[in-house]
Amino acid sequence: MNKPDINQDDFRYKIANKEAIIGIGLVLFNFAWWYGFAYGLGSKDPSEYSYVLGLPAWFFYSCVLGFIVMVILVWIVLKLFFTDIPLDDDEEI
Amino acid sequence: MMNWQAILPLLLIIMIIFVIGMWAGKYVKTTDSFLQEYFLGGRSLGGFVLAMTMVTTYGSASSFLSGPGTAYNEGLAWVLLSMTQLSTGYFVLMILGKKFAIVTRKYKAITIVDFLRDRYQSKWVVILSAMSILIFLFSAMSAQWIGGGRLIQSLTGFSYMTALFIFSISVLVYVVIGGFRAVAITDALQGIIMLIGTLILLIAIIIAGGGVPNIISNLAAENPNLITPFGANADLTPAYVSSFWVLVGVGVVALPQIAVRTMSYKNSKSMHLGIMISTIVVGFIMLNMHLIGVFARPIMPGVEIGDTVMPLVAQQVLPSWLAGIILAAPMAAIMTTVNSLLLLVSSTIVKDIYLNYIEPDAKETKVKGLSMSVTAVIGIIVITMSLNPPDLIIWLNLFSMGGLEAAFIWPIVMGLYWKKGNKYGAIASMITGVGSYIMFESFYPQPFGMHSVVTAIVLAFIAYVSFSLVTGKNRVALEN
Repeated sequence: MNKPDINQDDFRYKIANKEAIIGIGLVLFNFAWWYGFAYGLGSKDPSEYSYVLGLPAWFFYSCVLGFIVMVILVWIVLKLFFTDIPLDDDEEI
Repeated sequence: MMNWQAILPLLLIIMIIFVIGMWAGKYVKTTDSFLQEYFLGGRSLGGFVLAMTMVTTYGSASSFLSGPGTAYNEGLAWVLLSMTQLSTGYFVLMILGKKFAIVTRKYKAITIVDFLRDRYQSKWVVILSAMSILIFLFSAMSAQWIGGGRLIQSLTGFSYMTALFIFSISVLVYVVIGGFRAVAITDALQGIIMLIGTLILLIAIIIAGGGVPNIISNLAAENPNLITPFGANADLTPAYVSSFWVLVGVGVVALPQIAVRTMSYKNSKSMHLGIMISTIVVGFIMLNMHLIGVFARPIMPGVEIGDTVMPLVAQQVLPSWLAGIILAAPMAAIMTTVNSLLLLVSSTIVKDIYLNYIEPDAKETKVKGLSMSVTAVIGIIVITMSLNPPDLIIWLNLFSMGGLEAAFIWPIVMGLYWKKGNKYGAIASMITGVGSYIMFESFYPQPFGMHSVVTAIVLAFIAYVSFSLVTGKNRVALEN
């Protein structure tokens, strides 16, 4: 079979690899935020909870604010670090 | 007992879906590259449709009905658990990303198995992966299909047979005629229904419950554990909840029905837009729909069957015509999952098995007829099985998500990014992953307090790396 060797160098792979690493970084950050607020603030007795917008603080920061923060982060990352490249070998941008 | 207010919105949706199927069928008729069009929509998806088809394929019926039901019983802890799925919104497209898109275009790959075959050049990799897809996805599809029938039955009051028939015809017609393009566009439509539907329902519930602070204090009064991250019986440990980051979060990259979508977009701009939209949509739907479950509790205590929470509460807090429209959302969720699985199973049979091993140079017209009839025949087999589901199917369905992840995650991801990965590593990883996952689930669930998919994936990783390195070294030694 004469299939192209994908391990050959291609300038686009460098960009793709960098973006994949950014993806891993985002997940690690997302997990730390989610875990930190949920179990950091949520582990005390419910009678001592404080509340934000009617929701327990742990839940608000971990799930609601965490969601908003991730959306903003993803937007920033896409704007700053993601590059437009052609996907077909002969495509023009 | 006929419930017209539920039937009319359903009929409307089914009609719109038919129109989309017919429209997409035109592309299938006129294309000069049938396989690309039928199984990948001609690699032409824009960012919005890409995002919606990823989110809805993934956020399937199981999460749509049983998710809110479990949240109803467990409280806010289950919403916390469901938010692990936020990562799928950006992670899948970023990690497979442009490399996968570029490589599959170089290979002219149309299915995941195509990619694996060209990357590893091994018949055994093809056979093992095609088998995993057929076994796991076929059973997952049957389970969803049964769910679809039951749902129509409970909404409309038709008998199970009639309901199953309506459901089957509406799915089969547009998938068979329209292929991937029809599936993706109906996914987008149904995603919009889910998005708006969950939002309206959540707002209505908050109003009915007298505002968020009131609802939360009612929950805490009933059982303080409902507002902690540990679940109603305080038995959801951080390790267990966190392990869902693997099962329903990052592990999702390895589900073939998801991975195949990451090679269907038009260009890198649509990928960027897709990442943005899918992150917003998946987070929004997950948060809304599980909060609906939790907030429904003080309004409507004592619901015994979790799956019925969402339909019941919708009928209680909304005017019935609006409830009818919103209850089309879980219906939509089931259809979007079933249609993508159906197409994937059929592409595995036609492209990966028939065209690889039985008749490699079949004519275009023959491939066309074959693809459509295989899709139809699989559909009919699944329907027949849904009438009286065999136990084996139900058993296999329990393993389908974790099993596919354990089988494919390293062959796909390491195959893309690690040059030394080879076919021995891939084969070892698939066998180890699936084998250990089924063993753990059957005999020793939750090793280290985590969902067993985590341990299976770690073992599969070790197998992949060590077999690749050892066999790689032997070959170097032989050549010297």
